[in-house]
Amino acid sequence: MAPKVVIIGNGISGITCARHLRKLSNYDITVISAESKYFFSRTALMYIYMGHMKEEHTRPYENHFWEQNRIGLLQKKVATVHPHENYILLESGEQIRYDYLVLATGSRSNKFGWPGQDLKGVQGLYNLQDLETMEQYTSGIKHAAVVGGGLIGIETVEMLLSRNIHVHFLVRENSFWNLVMPPDESEMINKLIYHHQVDLRLGTELKEIKSDKEGRATAILTSKGDTIDCSFVALTVGVSPNIDFVKNSGIHTDRGIIVDDYLQTNFKNIFAIGDCAQFKTPLPGRKPIEQVWYTGKIQGETAARNIVGLEKKYNPGHWFNSAKFFDLEYQTYGLVPAQKDESTDWFWWQDKKGEKGLRLVWEKNTKIFKGLNAMGIRLRHEVCNQWLNNNTTIDIVVKELSKANFDPEFFKGYEKEFQRSFEVKYQYITV
Amino acid sequence: MHPDINLSIASHSATSSLNIKMKTGLALVSLSLILLFLALFNQIQHPFLLIIFFISTVAGSLLYTNGLYANTTAGIKNNGVMFKSISSRGAIAWVLGVALTALYILLYWYPQLLGLHDKANTGLIGFFDPVSKLLNGHAASQWFVYGVLYTLAIILLGIKFIYKYRHNAYQVKRTISVMFFQLVIAFLIPEILGGLNMPYNDFKNMWPLNYYFFYDWHIDQLLGSGSFGMFVLVWGILSVVLISPVLTYFYGKRWYCSWVCGCGGLAETAGDSFRHLSSKKVSAWRIERVLIYSVLFFAVLMTALVIYQYFTKQSQVLFLDSFKVREWYGFYIGAAFSGVIGVGFYPILGSRVWCRFGCPMAAILGIQQRFFSRFRITTNGSQCISCGNCSTYCEMGIDVRWYAQRGQDIVRSSCVGCGVCSAVCPRGVLKLENGPIKTKKLEGPILYQDGEFKIVE
Repeated sequence: MAPKVVIIGNGISGITCARHLRKLSNYDITVISAESKYFFSRTALMYIYMGHMKEEHTRPYENHFWEQNRIGLLQKKVATVHPHENYILLESGEQIRYDYLVLATGSRSNKFGWPGQDLKGVQGLYNLQDLETMEQYTSGIKHAAVVGGGLIGIETVEMLLSRNIHVHFLVRENSFWNLVMPPDESEMINKLIYHHQVDLRLGTELKEIKSDKEGRATAILTSKGDTIDCSFVALTVGVSPNIDFVKNSGIHTDRGIIVDDYLQTNFKNIFAIGDCAQFKTPLPGRKPIEQVWYTGKIQGETAARNIVGLEKKYNPGHWFNSAKFFDLEYQTYGLVPAQKDESTDWFWWQDKKGEKGLRLVWEKNTKIFKGLNAMGIRLRHEVCNQWLNNNTTIDIVVKELSKANFDPEFFKGYEKEFQRSFEVKYQYITV
Repeated sequence: MHPDINLSIASHSATSSLNIKMKTGLALVSLSLILLFLALFNQIQHPFLLIIFFISTVAGSLLYTNGLYANTTAGIKNNGVMFKSISSRGAIAWVLGVALTALYILLYWYPQLLGLHDKANTGLIGFFDPVSKLLNGHAASQWFVYGVLYTLAIILLGIKFIYKYRHNAYQVKRTISVMFFQLVIAFLIPEILGGLNMPYNDFKNMWPLNYYFFYDWHIDQLLGSGSFGMFVLVWGILSVVLISPVLTYFYGKRWYCSWVCGCGGLAETAGDSFRHLSSKKVSAWRIERVLIYSVLFFAVLMTALVIYQYFTKQSQVLFLDSFKVREWYGFYIGAAFSGVIGVGFYPILGSRVWCRFGCPMAAILGIQQRFFSRFRITTNGSQCISCGNCSTYCEMGIDVRWYAQRGQDIVRSSCVGCGVCSAVCPRGVLKLENGPIKTKKLEGPILYQDGEFKIVE
């Protein structure tokens, strides 16, 4: 009989693992999720709320795909894992035996013990159920607060604005996302937020959420002593691995489920992938917990290979990512530090209207290209990756810039302007 | 929560609120509609009211567009698309669909009810007589009235589309192009030619979309019109055998379908609010292939019979009667499919039903695009987050995401190259390209592994 693989979690990591297992083997595959029967794209939650799509549009595969590919789907909540006995227990009381177990349970929204954090109308934004409560608690309201200046935070702001709700946006840092982004990029986004008439409060934290008699949020109190009336509070201060149900099972955990380079836990037949996995030894330049779409994909595939015995280490390649802040697209390839250190140099260019920006980063001594941030510009992943793989020097990157242009046809080129201003500042490099 | 429950609420007051400009605009457009109705029921026939009609239509539409977009930032504007009645198959959509369908039925089969008469037009058609006389010296026909309304729709809703996509140079240029081809090439030039007693000819309308090109009366008319007629005949044939294949090789079928064609022009402008209604199911793709190639076969067969009949004067071939086949094609394909279903069902089935399931021209261009063209939509490495905006807003029902999430180039015969998938992508993943095809990735999914892009399978 074919070995039985049980995957807990039907996000991008778990589903990618299931798909690759099916490609590589005839194993019996079951995916369990309490959130939804069918895989949907979590990154598209905001578009459902904004009315760009319906929930069914966010499903990357038609419903018949799973049966066709003999991937079993089970919408149940897992209560406990029993790694020594090789079974899991569902909340419904059912036991499911497995030969291999893959934990892909994703994250949960952080809450840092604020008074009032469990009131009605106070929530994070991570899953379908969050979207449902957000729909319920923002219906007809005039004011909302968003606490936490990360990607989910700014997306939540955009969502609320789409319903004409006035948003008060509390950001702990002195400039939006400046722990990740250099000051110029961060400032571009600050300006956008103000432009959209958001009440952006930088350097401000949440102290307390106040409520009415029915236990519904009515106002927040900030670290600066201000009280802001609002009927909805989104807590978007990051996410943490969703691993409570394995904590006493014998599977080693820290913040996440501890895995080695093969995504294997301390049990040989149990793997952890995606947001819930924490690397014992993180790869150089990367975090121990990676909460990004494409790393989830690569981890899912890597785990699938290891389960069928095609030994493979996790190797995500060069860092890259992308996001969209209101109408401003952002892409990054390679490593761009938020603050320049001694060994690196960088060059930032921005167009006159302030709609486009490009930062190149290189190693001071060797002039080897290290990474870039593109704002309002689309760049070709393959070309940027090649520059990084080949240790290309910065002068070549500047010269070859248009090779990486991925903007739609007829878009105004920026390369010449960039090259001219680069040469003015760094003649020694280009001549 | 049950996953099949649709999360969207019927409507949101916030996303559908109308400002004063929009309200005034809608009032003016309503006035125009009332004038048309009064004309239809023979209550008014006056050039002055016709001028009022044009002014209120244009002013109302521009005012509405301005009110809708003036206070927005340049960028994607799909907020509330799934909530609004008109764009989510709500009551307004059904009313509009029924009205459009009724209009097409009257146009094709009951033009006399619109006021078409041999002696003197009355009703709606009579209302437009003054414009027709001004342009070509004759009284209006139902097709003249249709042409006026069609052109107005493309121009005014084209302006709306340009405003909506003002941040995107590709969309702006493409829309100016369809507006130009409709106004000048499809409407003004043929009308002026008619006024000069030359054969009515829309130079961009090619066989087999223009299925009567090889009909005996059309050929005779061209041959009887001296050197101009000869030019039209040669141009028509050259378009099919030379111009179109060459352009399609370099640019894909988009050069025609979303830059030039009148049906495409209406779909891209007036139909923009309905583009997401196309079905993305694999089953719909299957139906698409059966239907569109059947229509192509039908068109080719009919034309072959017509040409055979022209030269041999024999209308009977085996069991087929050339005149009957021609009649069937005109009724089922020319009228019922392309008109009644193609446009009438915009608010229910999406804006490209004819282009996707029926158009024989699109079928030919599609075969060329699939096998003999440089055009493809490339996907940007591993940046795709499978959100689904591309697939949702593909008017041709292509599941763009299927390819994007596996890093594969999109080369589909149905793609009209409207570029909206690329525009709505929040991660900069899609790009329409027609450079040399050394980078064309059709072999299989590309995966980003170990820091390299590898073709798998």
